[in-house]
Amino acid sequence: METTTFPTLRPKSYRRQEILRRIGLAVLQVVMTLVLITFLGPTLWMVSSSLKARTEIFAHPIVWIPETPQWGNYVQALTMMPFAQFALNTFIICALTVSGVLVSCSLVAYSFARLRWPGRDFFFGLLLATMMLPEIVTLIPMFIEFRWLGWTKPGTIFGFLPLNYLPLTVPYWLALSPLYVFLMRQFFKGIPVELEEAALIDGANRLQILLQIILPLSKPVLATVAVFSFLQAYNDFLQPLIYIGSRDYWTLALALRSMNDAQVGQWELLFAASTVVLIPVLVIFIVAQRYFVQGIATTGFGGR
Amino acid sequence: MATQTHYKERLTRARLREWIEGYLFATPFLIGFFAFVAFPMLFSIWLMFHRWDLLTDPVFVGFRNIERALTDELALKALYNSAFYTVFAVPVQLVISFTLALALTQPILFRSLYRAGFYLPIIIPVVATAIVWQKVFHPDFGIMNEVLGWFGVPPQKWLLDPNLAKPAFIFMSFWMIGRQMVIFIAGLGNIPAQLMEAAQIDGASKLRSLFSIIIPLMTPLIFYNMVIAIINSFQTFVPALIMTDGGPQNETLFVVLNIYRNGFQFFNMGYASALAWELFIIVVGFTIAQFYIARKWVYYEV
Repeated sequence: METTTFPTLRPKSYRRQEILRRIGLAVLQVVMTLVLITFLGPTLWMVSSSLKARTEIFAHPIVWIPETPQWGNYVQALTMMPFAQFALNTFIICALTVSGVLVSCSLVAYSFARLRWPGRDFFFGLLLATMMLPEIVTLIPMFIEFRWLGWTKPGTIFGFLPLNYLPLTVPYWLALSPLYVFLMRQFFKGIPVELEEAALIDGANRLQILLQIILPLSKPVLATVAVFSFLQAYNDFLQPLIYIGSRDYWTLALALRSMNDAQVGQWELLFAASTVVLIPVLVIFIVAQRYFVQGIATTGFGGR
Repeated sequence: MATQTHYKERLTRARLREWIEGYLFATPFLIGFFAFVAFPMLFSIWLMFHRWDLLTDPVFVGFRNIERALTDELALKALYNSAFYTVFAVPVQLVISFTLALALTQPILFRSLYRAGFYLPIIIPVVATAIVWQKVFHPDFGIMNEVLGWFGVPPQKWLLDPNLAKPAFIFMSFWMIGRQMVIFIAGLGNIPAQLMEAAQIDGASKLRSLFSIIIPLMTPLIFYNMVIAIINSFQTFVPALIMTDGGPQNETLFVVLNIYRNGFQFFNMGYASALAWELFIIVVGFTIAQFYIARKWVYYEV
């Protein structure tokens, strides 16, 4: 009975509703595109301006797209400072950060996820509490601590690694990134215990289990953590500003800042340099986008 | 009997081994926690009661640093600036990120492209962001005045105008909502479809189900994003350091910029520590207060 009344009543209003729905979605599509352009506006303007001639930068009304792209701006921007050196410095810091995070956080996360030891839950609570601790409270005492250790002085360790990089990277080797430990612990807990028990019976030790069973199964979380910690180190400005003394050891962020302070009128060079600094981040973002989304959706952190 | 004690013994030995392994694996964190979290915090309390420029010996000054942190005109100005920034930036950020998340859960095309685009501004290095926005707000050649000009708004001085500098920073913060948006998108995806269908069958309009179903179910995430956004807003300062260095007339001297200056430019380690603790207590206080207020409006499924 119902089926007979249903079609006679529904079609007209249903079709009208469907049309309205489609129009609504089309309008939304247009609005979202405008919003997207607004969001990308400053970045696109930066890239476009990096290719402008000086006269186009300071023109009224604004020139949105340069008439002939001035690729020379990039050459000029990259040669006015030892850019390659700054890039190398930055990547050294990033490599030390990412490796430190992966090694120390996976050890600690494994301990919190699988091993039973007295005080474990207490220390895990402390770890979570440090997540809420504003960086600024420990900034000053840590600076004094690192000064006592001699890490704020000029000079190198092992003949090549600047002492000034130690304050930036050593904390990462000590698992002082509660977010990453937490992420990894959650992931490890999801791996079936039976796999480990079998290995234990076969006489494997815990380190072997971590290296040969747990970590190979944890590639997604390792990728997420690697991406986040790379960006954290690459984008950091405050720590390098405080600790790195000599210009030879500057990171890209410090170089950009000094360029901004010095080059009052040369926007096209400044934008060219900024664009170059942005490229690695952009590449990683495009390649690893799903790890970002996973990481943020599961922990609520990440990014700024 | 004999076999049983043997078994027990083995068990405890295995247990002990697990304890030792547990501590060994957690060693990096245990060292890190005591050396670079617990000790610095205690040390910072000690610093607060001393005057120390790192060159001469520290001098005990009692409560003088704390008194100064609570009464100094610049410190209060910085506190006001940060509070102003937070009060106006956070609610609008939440509205923007929630609206965008709602839009991106509708069946439109290229959703992941939009999501990536809205997320992009927060992964750009903060120095590059600060430099670009400094130029965006440039009175003569920035795009801000250009775009506003299309709508007949006369050019403004933005970062050079004491009345507009803070609003400019607040405006800039609206671009930094990617993280909040992704969290909202994840939450919206978890709303049971049956619930929405039931509302539709009952004849609820889209708007009605937004306010009666979606928003109530999303209050835990709104609350979470709000707490994190407030904590972050109170600590913003790198853009101000690069774009305005606290000016004009200290209008963008935010709390952390003031701490940074006192610590690393004037080398008042004691006073800077007092300021840092003041901020810490304010932020923790705010967070606790929010958890209390949350009982009134945050909905948790039973």
